[in-house]
Amino acid sequence: MYDGKKIIPGLLIFLGLMTYPIWHNTVSGKMSYVPKPELPTEKDKKECVEPKAFIRVNHKTLLEDWKFSVVRNGIRTYQASNQKTYNISLNRTCMNCHRDKTKFCDQCHTYMGVTNKCWDCHIYPKQLSPGPLALHEP
Amino acid sequence: MQFDRRGFLKIAGLTLLGLSAKPGWQVFSKVAAPEPSPEAEALAKNKWGMAITFRKCWKEEGCRDCIDACHRIHNVPNLGTLKEEIKWIWREPYEKVFPEHEFEVTEEDYQNEPVLLLCNHCDDPPCVRYCPTRATWKREDGIVMMDFHRCIGCRYCMAGCPYGSRSFNWRDPRPFIKNVNLEFPTRTRGVVEKCNFCVERLAQNKIPACVEACKEKALVFGDLKDPKSEIREALKYKTIYQRQPELGTKPKVYYIL
Repeated sequence: MYDGKKIIPGLLIFLGLMTYPIWHNTVSGKMSYVPKPELPTEKDKKECVEPKAFIRVNHKTLLEDWKFSVVRNGIRTYQASNQKTYNISLNRTCMNCHRDKTKFCDQCHTYMGVTNKCWDCHIYPKQLSPGPLALHEP
Repeated sequence: MQFDRRGFLKIAGLTLLGLSAKPGWQVFSKVAAPEPSPEAEALAKNKWGMAITFRKCWKEEGCRDCIDACHRIHNVPNLGTLKEEIKWIWREPYEKVFPEHEFEVTEEDYQNEPVLLLCNHCDDPPCVRYCPTRATWKREDGIVMMDFHRCIGCRYCMAGCPYGSRSFNWRDPRPFIKNVNLEFPTRTRGVVEKCNFCVERLAQNKIPACVEACKEKALVFGDLKDPKSEIREALKYKTIYQRQPELGTKPKVYYIL
């Protein structure tokens, strides 16, 4: 091989640089990081509208259906599988228990690199607490 | 058989044409009719409308109770400039709203008197026809609804609305909202918005916020289908105006002198 003395070390350096994030995360222990969304601890807030397994997989479609139901069809109540009826509202139902989205929604979304636009318009209770729309001070 | 390039192209073209016949027919033969919502029947029992009595409205000069109430509960921002103004309910001088009412002698009496304007919730709304994404549509109870999730901000509806009832968010409106109402979402940049006849309040059996806020009872809201409703009583034997009735949009906001 011509210039093998230059090419092979060059390739090795290149590979090292390319895989640096993996090495870095393995050494610093970030590889084993598991997102921990904070669940409400109050007793009356233990039960979600649907079972945990369902919500984990289908929360996006559930929210999408809720949106469609209220905005398009004008149906504002949700008949859950546990025979309870819930008021369809992101703020008054979901965020009433999961008060801080940074401790709940963002945990997994940030980890997975998922972005959503919910909070461009909807306001979660915690967002207001330090002042009028604390996150968007002009 | 001689099979040259020309022949190949001819047969290939014909084959493609033949293959696309069925899907093409399926696409173009479909008449896109919006599916009725499951609540359609219940909603269709009512037809909401509003009547505004000028005499009562003009009693207190500079009153903007209804405007403030509406804009407060719906998180309508105040950007301070006319160009970027977001308005759900607003005022305009009489002669600009009803230019056809100009008469030699009486004109002066009404000049500069404010007329309350809001979305007319037309029976045949042009905005709905223009919307390319069906982000706006007419509900069975006559309310012209807006789905902010769906709006792409093309502003065709604004061009289509003959009443100027729609406003566009040129920037993020949030920093310009003084007191945020948690019960109602704000809007985001690049979305069109307008009066929704307080659809969220109607769902709770409340009347619209502007009607509730008016001390003089100049605004009357009710079911136009019910002959005994408040609005039908208010409209009975009165001279009624509508904005640009000649356009055939059939507005549901009536003005009583």
